[in-house]
Amino acid sequence: MARDLACMRGDRLLFRRLTLTLGAGEACHITGANGAGKTTLIRTLAGLSLPYAGEAQCTGAVGLLDERAGLDPEQPLGRALDFWFGVDRAVEPEEIMRRLRLTDLAEVPVRYLSTGQRKRAGLARLLGQAANAWLLDEPLSGLDTASQGLVEELVSEHVARGGTALIASHQALRIEGLRMLALEDFVPPRESLEQPA
Amino acid sequence: MIWRLLRRDLALFFPFAGGGAALPVVFFVAVAMLYPFAVGPDANTLSRTGGGVVWIAALLAAILPLDRLVARDIELGHFDQLRLRGVSEEAMMAVRMAAHWLSFGPPLILAAFPAAALLQLDGPTLHLVLLGLLAGTPGLAAIGLMIAALTASLRAGAALSGLLLIPLALPILIFGAGALARQDAASIGFVAAISLGLFAIAPFAAGAAIRAVR
Repeated sequence: MARDLACMRGDRLLFRRLTLTLGAGEACHITGANGAGKTTLIRTLAGLSLPYAGEAQCTGAVGLLDERAGLDPEQPLGRALDFWFGVDRAVEPEEIMRRLRLTDLAEVPVRYLSTGQRKRAGLARLLGQAANAWLLDEPLSGLDTASQGLVEELVSEHVARGGTALIASHQALRIEGLRMLALEDFVPPRESLEQPA
Repeated sequence: MIWRLLRRDLALFFPFAGGGAALPVVFFVAVAMLYPFAVGPDANTLSRTGGGVVWIAALLAAILPLDRLVARDIELGHFDQLRLRGVSEEAMMAVRMAAHWLSFGPPLILAAFPAAALLQLDGPTLHLVLLGLLAGTPGLAAIGLMIAALTASLRAGAALSGLLLIPLALPILIFGAGALARQDAASIGFVAAISLGLFAIAPFAAGAAIRAVR
């Protein structure tokens, strides 16, 4: 997925010489302090930002889940999700809604949803997309314990089906065969940082 | 896919669908209503200057929807999600431009009828106003989209977009309102040509702008 990747934010080099390859059925957990570049890495892999050096690419369809659900705040949740289900030609949208306990919320406008409910709506969109590569940016933040368990379950199922997943999270994940990648290992040495810590 | 996008964008922008989207039309009619109060009810003055007022009202009404045209969907991550599904920024912006025009062009043209009655415009003048708006509003929509995309990342984007639209829209105003003064439909052709050119380049300019913001 990534080879010899280096990313900048502003004029600061976040990490460099990062090489990561995820095959089918593999999941990787990225860790790093706030501002270490987890989101930048994920957006670069998704092709939404350009890397400073190196290459980043994903094969197949890419599903991205970040703090923005991509749903219209004024619309009821059901209609907002139906737009994406339609675009993605999702199979069994009702089943996805039921699985994420969103069926009862279908009539509620998105702007009245709590952070956790919105996150679950984002997950519903991701499931409907049936993408091969999942890029999850803090998928657990704002979720209650039961929902966190559900995310771990969904990722495990996705990986078991031969999908790949890259997860940036501060929390520990209980997912079988999960690889770890600490962004700290790729931070350039102190003296090359231009600004003081 | 494109059809789905257009339907969603139309639902967002269409007047009376919610979110104050009817504001441009209301604003447009309000200007036409206030003008006779300000200059007096003399039918001669009104019909002589009224056509120009309609044009100014249309130009200013085009500024109103700009703040929610692009910035909102960047914040929502809507464009990012579409990009992941292989939709190009240019296609997104072309659809957005079409939806923007459909939501304010035809309603303004319809609102020109009550406005013309309020301003006591005669038949030939109304005819030229309607033709001019039909030719000119796509150009205004294209300028609006480019400006909205360029200012999407700025905090004072909404205020700035109004200031930016006015000079860029000047050629459309000159030829559109000029047609009225000389009762000459040929100027409408210039308006249409300007609109066509703008309509063609706007998706590329706006697409490049939102790519740069990301």
